Amino acid sequence: MSPMNNPQDLNPSSLKSRFTTRFLRALTKINGQKPISSSSPREMFQRYRRIKVAADKSMAWSVRSRRTWSRAMLWKLRSRYSCRQASSSRRSSVRTSTIIKSRQAKTSHEKENKNTTTGQDEVGFVVQADKLRKLVPGGEAMDLCNLLGETAHYIKCLTTQVQVMRKIAHFYSL
Amino acid sequence: MSSRRSSSRQSGVSRITDDQITDLVSKLQQLIPELRGRRSDKVSASKVLQETCNYIRSLHREVDDLSDRVSQLLASMDTDSDQAAIIRSLLMQ
Repeated sequence: MSPMNNPQDLNPSSLKSRFTTRFLRALTKINGQKPISSSSPREMFQRYRRIKVAADKSMAWSVRSRRTWSRAMLWKLRSRYSCRQASSSRRSSVRTSTIIKSRQAKTSHEKENKNTTTGQDEVGFVVQADKLRKLVPGGEAMDLCNLLGETAHYIKCLTTQVQVMRKIAHFYSL
Repeated sequence: MSSRRSSSRQSGVSRITDDQITDLVSKLQQLIPELRGRRSDKVSASKVLQETCNYIRSLHREVDDLSDRVSQLLASMDTDSDQAAIIRSLLMQ
């Protein structure tokens, strides 16, 4: 897995350039939507939210459906757009109970399968894996192998996202 | 970590092998700045996952902060004309 080398960045279809183009396009759209001069705190907050969503959306779209996490994120963004807060809070409470159940199942399953290491580390591993599942989009439905692979790609994309956004912010603060 | 490799019981169903997991975990370790230099048998798998979680959380926070900064700078952006310049400068570095 190659790190972000420069020759790769110059490739017009690299992740970095795809994300940059989309994100800048989204910023243009957000910029054109409302007159910036009249900014109540609420409007400022809304703009911040819109930009954050645009950043996540641009990244997920740049990866398209090639990854489970990007599919999960696109699905989440789309369903968030159509149905508001009430349903998502309902969804999260349902998910919590299934997580607890699956964690119990997983702990006993993993313990019986890998009884060569100390129980302590095994439990720690499973606990951390569950925390990771919550952080990676779509993580709760993945098996362990997929989770680790998707996490690696997700981190790579997040660092690209941060890199590009940092440069944009720097560029416009000059 | 070597103790993990000793036995992976194969039942009728195909199981994820310990080696696969170890391999994936060490790949993850290379991505995390905190743990990058260390030898993979010195760092436990749960520590790698823990640091991964912390790293992802810090990246999320940074995206949040940057979104906030960008939203404040948005007023000064004349995005259409600058886009090509930005893209070029971003990708050249």
